[in-house]
Amino acid sequence: MLRKRIIPCLDVRGGRLVKGINFESLRDCGDPVDAAERYAAQGADEIVWLNISAGEEDWRGLLEAVERAAVRVDVPLCIGGGVSSVDQARDLLNAGADKVSSNSAPLDRPELIGELADRFGSQCVVIAIDAAADGDGSWGAFASAGRRPTGRDAVAWAAEAADRGAGELLVTSIDTDGTLGGYDIELLRRICRAVGVPVIASGGAGGPRDLASALQAGAQAALAASIFHDGVHTIAEVKQEVARCGLPTRM
Amino acid sequence: MTSRVTLIDHGAGNLRSLRAAFERLGADVEVTADADRVAGAERVVLPGVGAAAPAMRTLSRTGMADALREAPSLLGVCLGMQLLFERSAEGDVACLGLLPGTVERIGWAERLPHMGWNDVVATGASPLSPALPAVCYFAHSYAVAPGDAAVVAAETDIDGRTVPSAVASGRVAGVQFHPEKSGPAGRRMLEAWLAA
Repeated sequence: MLRKRIIPCLDVRGGRLVKGINFESLRDCGDPVDAAERYAAQGADEIVWLNISAGEEDWRGLLEAVERAAVRVDVPLCIGGGVSSVDQARDLLNAGADKVSSNSAPLDRPELIGELADRFGSQCVVIAIDAAADGDGSWGAFASAGRRPTGRDAVAWAAEAADRGAGELLVTSIDTDGTLGGYDIELLRRICRAVGVPVIASGGAGGPRDLASALQAGAQAALAASIFHDGVHTIAEVKQEVARCGLPTRM
Repeated sequence: MTSRVTLIDHGAGNLRSLRAAFERLGADVEVTADADRVAGAERVVLPGVGAAAPAMRTLSRTGMADALREAPSLLGVCLGMQLLFERSAEGDVACLGLLPGTVERIGWAERLPHMGWNDVVATGASPLSPALPAVCYFAHSYAVAPGDAAVVAAETDIDGRTVPSAVASGRVAGVQFHPEKSGPAGRRMLEAWLAA
């Protein structure tokens, strides 16, 4: 039986692991390859690196780190953040990424999704959707790290992205992100119903119970950052909770 | 004795992880797109990310397709396993024809791609048997439909129907999952193939 996946997300800048609040006062936290290898050994089903700066120098540092990760990390690695062209995706995949995730660029030019899928296969193409509730029971899709509204309905955009060739959707609620108060379950339910591709839940995990709830709501994977990085919870604790809820997990 | 592994570069995707996985096992890995190098190789690995049609075009154009048909030991991974069969519905393209059967879309699945970790259960003896059962990482939307059930070495359940997840016949073997991304379980799989 296909297992529900637990995915730690690491912020990477210039090939270094960073932590910070609101992208300000970033602190260097070491080598992201070490962290990815550690999480893989602890049972992470996949690793996501979010590149939080797209400068030229940072990009080269990222590629170099991906190359080192490919040699040492034996679970899938997805790289996102600032990917806006087929060439950039190619560079990441050649460096050793298994999937690339893109958020803003396809909102501005949806054809990019089909171009990526045709060239590399849908299984390599993750479309990240940052959504915020608009107060009347729907959600808007945002670009540029949640700062720029696009006027698109997030659920409709999810369906369009899947139709255009996305192999997976990484759905982040801007409202719950960073709150540790749990994922936006209703948003996940709506998007899981609207698409026939796997959905990764993101934004708001405060503990094992939250990840399990997102998976119960229909998501195939749950992503979290701070609860793992701050040492509050281990991957194993989350998986025990997922198993306790009767969901299939890889122990 | 150090194993030599020849890894086929047909121009799509991540070869680095597969190369590293074999190197971690002490193998000496050569990556090539040169048919002459493939023709002299002992152990050949046909990787696969991307689509069947462009991969077959590259293999045919370079002459590697003919060299692969003569390889003394061949392992296809993911798309590479699908290419071992006669024909793929993905792009309706003729493949290597080393194993009887076709490649079909997993039309009944609740969600595609079939993405994530799933059980690999042995159905018969094969070079991979010592490493089974296992839970391995998959990422694919097509699966093989062998013309001869005897080539199926392991199966995996996708939403209530099984698909072949490992095949083996004589000098040819294939896995639908990614052993290089399947942690210790995948490592044991590659180790078993190298030892066979």
